[in-house]
Parts: sequence; structure tokens; C-alpha cells
Amino acid sequence: MTTLAAIDGLTVTYRRAPAPALSGLSLDIEAGEILAIIGESGSGKSTLARAIAGLLPEKTTIAGRLTWPGLDGAPRAGRDIGYVFQDPGSSLNPVLTIGEQVGEGARRHLGLDRRAAVAEAVRLLARVHLPEPQRIARAYPHQLSGGQRQRVAIAAAIAARPRLLIADEVTSALDVLVQAAIVDLLVELVRADGMTLVFVTHDLALASGIADRVAVMAEGRLVELGPTAEVVGAPRAVETAALVAAHIDLSSPPLVGEAS
Amino acid sequence: MTAPLLVARDLRCSFTSGGRHVAALDGVSLTIAPGETLGLVGGSGCGKSTLARVLTRLIAPEGGSVTFMSDDWLALGGNRLRAARRHMQMVFQDPLAAFNPRATVGGVIADALRIHAVVPGAVRSKEVARLIDRVGLPSALLGRSIRDISGGQRQRVAIARAIAVRPRLIILDEAVSALDVSVRGRILDLLVGLQRETGVAYLFISHDLAVVRAVSQRIAVMAAGRIVEEGPAAGVIAAPSSSVLVDLIGAVPRLNGIPPS
Repeated sequence: MTTLAAIDGLTVTYRRAPAPALSGLSLDIEAGEILAIIGESGSGKSTLARAIAGLLPEKTTIAGRLTWPGLDGAPRAGRDIGYVFQDPGSSLNPVLTIGEQVGEGARRHLGLDRRAAVAEAVRLLARVHLPEPQRIARAYPHQLSGGQRQRVAIAAAIAARPRLLIADEVTSALDVLVQAAIVDLLVELVRADGMTLVFVTHDLALASGIADRVAVMAEGRLVELGPTAEVVGAPRAVETAALVAAHIDLSSPPLVGEAS
Repeated sequence: MTAPLLVARDLRCSFTSGGRHVAALDGVSLTIAPGETLGLVGGSGCGKSTLARVLTRLIAPEGGSVTFMSDDWLALGGNRLRAARRHMQMVFQDPLAAFNPRATVGGVIADALRIHAVVPGAVRSKEVARLIDRVGLPSALLGRSIRDISGGQRQRVAIARAIAVRPRLIILDEAVSALDVSVRGRILDLLVGLQRETGVAYLFISHDLAVVRAVSQRIAVMAAGRIVEEGPAAGVIAAPSSSVLVDLIGAVPRLNGIPPS
């Protein structure tokens, strides 16, 4: 396996923060894998995702090394790395048509002209299974549902055909039915294109259905890393065991009895 | 068989969206018995939050009736409404949006006790301390601003405020959906424990069928403004009759399982 990115001793401290958000984190991302990054609020999982994508705010103190053996040089944001955020309502530009913003990546990075970029946008919208892609390309974000907007954000993120796609809590704002469809879409896209997917979530069960490997974070540290079945089936870290124990599905014992 | 606590009959409510007429509630009927939990599950836009708002009288329906504690709930006004409101409390997904942001933890609970004159003024602060302890929060939190505590702590404060007035029914609208899973489990345990102690009934609204199943004696499934099936929790899930419930069952993530497709 080729290593796409190598993270070595990464420590990130936000401006004026009393303690680092990430402490001495080391992790290799293998080309073509689906790597889930799991953790609760404040565990540092989004900070890690942002550090990988070079999206940390200015004046953040960053120590350690992040190298890209799988790329020819430093990654270009939007070209080599696509990023999908939790809230597509705030990551999409409200005054641009869907076609313009999905086509923007193709225009900028693949050198397409305006007409070709719009045609490419329509093709991408069809690829993320949006109905009537021609019509949606002319629509604005507020005219779409949350699930549709997230499909648009995914289409925009893959427009420049990146090597790495980072999905940061992309289903947390969606209901479970839409969540399942979005997860299926991500897996379909990364497997078809040989992309690498970093899937950030607080939901271990959701990750366990798709990830090759799972990285569990707690309080800014990587507490466990391994193949999904091993981490979920035989957790070594107490934090992982707590996540497994807190999981509720349709086979969990009910907390109440039924009415007599 | 005791008299039902709440009976809703044929509730109707619609909105105009983008020039189109959308029926948010298209003839919804349901019954909640004293001390039970009715779980209400459905996808986004099915009308479940509209139903919560109609039941709490935040919006008026176009048709239908609600009987609550044997009163014609939608016709109540003035002092009688104020007195009855105490018995139907609500907990929302985002507790920060539900509080005055300048309030303190202790102030929020004390206000509820004062407005509804639950206990004499002289013992109010003692009652606040009892409630904060009952929901598992340290008394050191009482003077803190509601903005300066964590999301899980805030949801405990929202529950303390709701139970402070000793209601008969609490409507929980996605009350645990934004919480970390470890916090979620402790809040569910708290809700179940409070129900055993006080006999309060819950209408537990969520898109997450697994969580609804864990806390509900009965489950109602909603789609496109209608209740499409209803029954005892285990029975409904074992033999779903609506396509939406089949989809909701399939969408529950299982640990280490194969993703739903």
C-alpha cells in the first residue's frame, strides 16, 4: 500500500487557547482507504481534519510534520483535497447558482471554460444522484432540502477530481434516512474513482459500516487505531469501549417495559 | 383502564411554501395514557415537529381537537390555560435557543417555580437545589450562565426546568439528537428514572428509531403529515406495515455491520 499522507507528532494549539486541541498525533493515511476518525465533541477530530486539509485559522500554532509521499508536492486545497462540511447551508454560496459553484472547481483546476464547466456541473449533479440535474444547476441553495444541499456540496468537492475527500460530520444535520443515502453515495464515489476518504463522525456504528480502518480520538489524542472489525469487536482503549457500550440499535435492551 | 391524559383528533395544519400548499398535518389522531411514553418517529418534513407545536399551542391548527386532562385544550384561555400549561412542558433539541441567554442555571429553574407557584417562596431555593441534584448536576453550577455550560449539562437544566412544575406530560422534540452518544445514554436513563418516580408521560419525538424504541412503550410512525402506523414498540418494529418504517428500520446503523443500502 502507498501512503498518501504521513502525520508525525502533530500538535495544534488555537490562538489564545489554554491547551492544545491536538497533542502529538501520528497517523498514516493509506492511498485508497476509507479511514474513519471517531470521537465525541471536543476530541479534536475536526481539528485533525482541518489540519490535513490546511484549513486551520491563521495564528494557530502547529508543530510536528505532515508530509504527502503520495502526491508530487504539497497538496493544493480544492484540487488535491475535497472537503465536505457538516452544514451545507453555510458552506454553499447563497447568491451563486448550484451550477456555478459546482462548476467552479472544474473551471479553476481543470481549465474548463464557462460553458464546459456548466456542462461538467450538470454531469456531477447527476453523479451524486440529484433528480433533474439541469434544473438543479439553475437553482439556488435555499431552494433545496438539506440532503440535496449535501449532495451538491459533495459534487463541488469532487469536481476537481481530488485524491483525498474529507467528509467532516456530513450526516449529523440530516435525518437517518437521508444519512444512509449520503453515506452510500460517498462510498460509491470513492470506490469508483479510487479516492481516499477520511470520514469524520461521532457515530462509531455509522463509521463501522464503511471504514477500512478506524482512528478513535479523545481529548486531542489518538487513543486507538486499527482495522474496523478489531477496533469495534475488541476495543483496547477505554474511550473506544465506552463508545461501543453507548451504542443503541434495534437489538439493544429497551430501557422501559411495554404497557400492560 | 384509566382515562387518557391526552387525546388528539383529526388535527389539520398546512403551510404555503414556494407558492405550493403543503399539508403538515393531514388528519392526525393520537392518544397518550398517563405515565406512558409514546414515541413518534419519522423522517424530516413528515410533520412531527409541527404536531409538537400544535399540541403545545405554539401554533393553532386549522381543524381537529385536543383533549388534555379532560379539558378542551384548544379552547382554554386566560387563567385556566395558564394553570393547565404547567402540566404540558416541552424540551427542544437545542436548549440554548430555548433559554434566555443571559439567564443563570439556578435562575431558569427558580423562574419556573415562581411563575407556577409550585412551592412557597421561602423554600424555593431548597427546591432548586433538589432539582439540580436530581438531574445529576453539581450545585456549583447554579450561579453559572446558561451559555457557559456544555450541551449535555444544558439539556439536564432543560429537563430540571420541565420537571420543576410537576407536569403530567413532557413533549421531547429531538431532545437527545444533538448530544454525544455517552451523554445521550445518561440523559435517557434520567428520563426513564424520572418517569418511574413521578408518573409523568412523554411524547418522545425523534428521527432515530433505535432511541425511540429504547424509551417508548408505544410507537407511532409519521409520514407526509399522517400517522401511518401505531402500536406497542416491539410489535410495530417486528412487523412493520408501512414503507417508511421499513426504511427507518433499515437505516439504523449497526455496529460493525454492513452499511444499509
